Amino acid sequence: MRAPLSWIRDFTPVEAPVDELVHALNQLGLEVDAVEAPGREVLGVRVARILDVVPHPNADKLRLADVDFGDGQTRVVCGAPNIVPGMVVPFAPSGATLPGGFTLERRKIRGEVSDGMLCSAKELGLGDDHSGILALDPAAELGSDVRSVLGLDDVIFDLAITPNRPDAMCIVGVARELAAHFGLPFTVPEPVVPRDAGPTATVPVIIEAPDRCPRYLAWTAAVTLGPAPAWMQQRLVKAGIRSIGNVVDVTNYVLLELNQPLHAFDLDRLAGPGIVVRLAADGEQVTTLDGVERTLDATDLLICDGARAPQAVAGIMGGGDSEVSDTTARILLESAYFERMGIARSSKRLKLRSESSARFERGIDPDGVARAAARAMELLVEVAGARVAADLVDEYPQPVARPRIHLRTSKVNGVLGTALSDTEVLDALAPLGIEVSGAGDEIEAVPPTFRPDLEREIDLVEEVARRVGFDAIGRTVPKPEHQVGGLSHRQVDRRVAADALVGAGLAEAVTIPLVAPEAAARFSEETPVQVANPLRSEESVLRPTLLPGLAAAAAHNAARGQGDVGLFEMGRVFVAPPTPETLPIELESVAGVLVGTVPRTPIETDRPVDVYDAVDLVRTVTDALGIAAVRLEPAVVPGFDPEASARVYAGERGVGVVGALAPAALAASAVPGPAVAFELDLDALSAAARVDRQFRTPSSYPPSAIDLAFVVDDAVRAAEIGATLRTAAGDLLEDVRCFDEFRGEQLGAGRRSLAFALRFRAPDRTLTNAEVDELRVRCIEAVAAGHGAELRG
Amino acid sequence: MTLDDALARLDTAEADARAAVAGAGSLAALDDVEREWLKARTSPVSAVNESIKTFAPDERPRAGQAVGAYRSAVGDAVATRRAELEAEAAAHRGPGLDLTLGGHGRRRGHLHLVTQIRRELEDIFVGLGYRVAEGPEVEDDWHNFEALNIPPAHPARSMQDTIYVDLGFAEQMMLRTHTSPVQIRTMETQAPPIYVVAPGRTYRNETLDARHSPAFHQMECLAVDRGLTMADLFGTIEAFARMLFDDESVRTRFRSDFFPYTEPSAELAVSCVFCGGAGCRVCSHTGWIELGGCGMVDPNVFEKVGIDPDVWQGFAFGFGLERIAMIRYGINEIRTFFDNDVRFLEQY
Repeated sequence: MRAPLSWIRDFTPVEAPVDELVHALNQLGLEVDAVEAPGREVLGVRVARILDVVPHPNADKLRLADVDFGDGQTRVVCGAPNIVPGMVVPFAPSGATLPGGFTLERRKIRGEVSDGMLCSAKELGLGDDHSGILALDPAAELGSDVRSVLGLDDVIFDLAITPNRPDAMCIVGVARELAAHFGLPFTVPEPVVPRDAGPTATVPVIIEAPDRCPRYLAWTAAVTLGPAPAWMQQRLVKAGIRSIGNVVDVTNYVLLELNQPLHAFDLDRLAGPGIVVRLAADGEQVTTLDGVERTLDATDLLICDGARAPQAVAGIMGGGDSEVSDTTARILLESAYFERMGIARSSKRLKLRSESSARFERGIDPDGVARAAARAMELLVEVAGARVAADLVDEYPQPVARPRIHLRTSKVNGVLGTALSDTEVLDALAPLGIEVSGAGDEIEAVPPTFRPDLEREIDLVEEVARRVGFDAIGRTVPKPEHQVGGLSHRQVDRRVAADALVGAGLAEAVTIPLVAPEAAARFSEETPVQVANPLRSEESVLRPTLLPGLAAAAAHNAARGQGDVGLFEMGRVFVAPPTPETLPIELESVAGVLVGTVPRTPIETDRPVDVYDAVDLVRTVTDALGIAAVRLEPAVVPGFDPEASARVYAGERGVGVVGALAPAALAASAVPGPAVAFELDLDALSAAARVDRQFRTPSSYPPSAIDLAFVVDDAVRAAEIGATLRTAAGDLLEDVRCFDEFRGEQLGAGRRSLAFALRFRAPDRTLTNAEVDELRVRCIEAVAAGHGAELRG
Repeated sequence: MTLDDALARLDTAEADARAAVAGAGSLAALDDVEREWLKARTSPVSAVNESIKTFAPDERPRAGQAVGAYRSAVGDAVATRRAELEAEAAAHRGPGLDLTLGGHGRRRGHLHLVTQIRRELEDIFVGLGYRVAEGPEVEDDWHNFEALNIPPAHPARSMQDTIYVDLGFAEQMMLRTHTSPVQIRTMETQAPPIYVVAPGRTYRNETLDARHSPAFHQMECLAVDRGLTMADLFGTIEAFARMLFDDESVRTRFRSDFFPYTEPSAELAVSCVFCGGAGCRVCSHTGWIELGGCGMVDPNVFEKVGIDPDVWQGFAFGFGLERIAMIRYGINEIRTFFDNDVRFLEQY
């Protein structure tokens, strides 16, 4: 909302410097977005009268104008077509400055001396009109500063008013706040309206939906249409409203001044004449002022004429034959109070917002309706020669009750942490129009009807805070006495997992969880959760896995010449709810992707990333978390190469996947291969069994190491043989590790040799050769029996 | 071997050993010489030592002394020659291995900047005695709006602002538009006193560009206890801001504002840490950096979660994590956080 200071001063004599005003407004919660001083750059421009206009001897399109600027006369060159002798115009003499920092100098134009220039509206920073020299009020004093004549010596505050403060959406409301803040008098003059019974009459008003329209005031007047006077136009323009004509301008002026939306109907085009306020019929169609045909339903409220024909969508926009036009001679002025939520719902559903609807929605003053109508009539008398009907109709069957609020000084201080006295509390509230009585913890406060936001004690506590200022509140730091701060085990696990992956060289990515359906389908068979109102299809489902996001991040980097990346992400993935009426399942997931080449040169040679790098990353996470019994089982996983992918298990529970990404998935994701990836369910890992942490003294006896190579079918997995060896060897086996894989003709097709290094050690003695031999035999027999293996000689 | 034989043998051997030492042309050759004349079982020393036990007791000390003298003489010669050879080797040594080639290329990775900021904030509040609370990113109307005192017609609920999800049934679920629903969930499940922070991802219906993102991160703080005041709120924010910016001179500024779920409500700003409040580019020459909003928990919110507002008072505040990172490091586009360009990720 734009509030010109000159207008504010109509109601309170505020003289503080602009920066103090800005500070005060901000403190009060009327946030100042911008301060404009339209005349700030117009310096030394004066009012002058054109005495004579003669042709320029050397130019067809230029003329010479002799001007009188009060205490002197001079001649300027002018190219504007509209100048005539007698016209009063803005004259910028040499030395004057115009917007943009342009300073005038006396100079020759085509051989003729020009002592300055005459200005268009645009040249003064007043809008875009550059068609001719701006005509000023012929009565303006010659030589005076054009800023005062044009109302440019003003400051405009552009305020961001929060939705709880409808009262501050108008000049009077802003003035009231400033008056309270600076302790100044505040007066809104009572409108004076001369009545005339002659040409006008009262019309019947029937309110069929009183819950939606608690008050409707109709008042008629005969008017003479024409432009509004300059002072009114200037104020409207400064407040950001275009001038249309005296009658409409008056309604807008009162809207800005008093926050009361008004509507003027052409009385002679209202059937009846009369007003019916009724709900629309389902499917009823109305063409609103903006030319759009709108289909209404039974929750929309209409203002109709006596024949029940719609003339306006109540409180939102006009829309009938009775709009004020060039031929209007008599008007019916509507000043009404509509229920807030009804306007809000209709406005939202019709996608139609206006200055009126914005105000009704927030809540105007139900008791201000009559004053606003009177103010409008007062102005119409002044600017449209109105003859105002002696009688008016004011339907207000159920006056809005003002709440009586019990306020405790102890509560004020208890919430704010202050030590305000009763007097300070009462003095804070009274200037806001709140009637206060009593003292201590027995204060009764009755807020004015223009403050619908004040209903409860806490609302008044906030008012006191605003008035005394937040600077008056101290700074203390409370410490919880019932708990110590800390992270949960799961939160710690997440940090541990992330730190482990950072240690393994990966960079953490954070991607947007909204992905394209096809990207989700590439890596998941789950039906993803759909967005109901996506802005684009690329963001129309919630990720069921982190992999689409990581693939997109890898693609983004590849497109910028960074093809070799290692990224991980940790975050929520979403699965559609298993039962209706519940929220989706959200799992905390961690995933990683390695793309391209592992750089090893110059010490070794580069190599492409391979699936074992991804297996290492899985181990990095599970080891960091100390997860027991982690194993991999070959599996077909969407988006992965079926020949090189596995599911990860912790005990019997599946906790994730690992493998090489399938070429098709990579191509579709625009990731140049090769790429390997993993994804783990962190919540499942957090719940999984951990490795035994019971301390055992490390044996100080020497180990005995043996190597065993087995020839087995390809289908037999290394981990299976490892498990068999561990079982067979028992507690004396300290470590077992596969260290070689070999295929060759001599082994036969579909067979391979896997070699294991076993290390035995006893806690209490050196193992004898006989013991080690026995263990060796036991291991060989177990693997032979369990996996059809032959010992390789 | 008699004593005399032994002494003579050592004499001869010493001369031969010295010659051999002098003739050793390399450290390896010198090692061989040392072994032959001093350390090996076949060395003269061993032979003499073997014989000593056959000598008369009064002869043994002399023999021992002679062996000692031989040892130290030859040993010194070896040491001197070794030093010469080492000096020679040093003089002719090549450039050696080039360790500046780099290593095997193993590098540490990086936490995302948002994660780093989140951890920093969590740790500050843990230090103040808070726990870290969590909630779902897909929320129902009750937690995201209704219980927060946000009425049905509130503009924040519009399709322009909120991303709704379609779960195939009537009630509209949405991606949470702020971390405040975690306040509600915490108060629904935990009796006061409550001191929690809730960092997390939030959503708005916007397309990713320089200034907008459909997802971003916030952190919410909620404290509910007997007798908590606005001074406690302001003091907590100031303490946290000073830790965050590692600057005890940071000041806080509060201005009246409006949020449906707090009253009184305030916008919170901190004095610019770059110019100390004098005005600079970062703070748009205002001296202040707006961080977020705060206020005392509205009694209506307490009533919705069944907490008696006459017994308990609380405060809440929230702010954006990306915004803090943007201020601190001069990042000017929010998109930067979600492009995941490794040059950005590896910078932090």
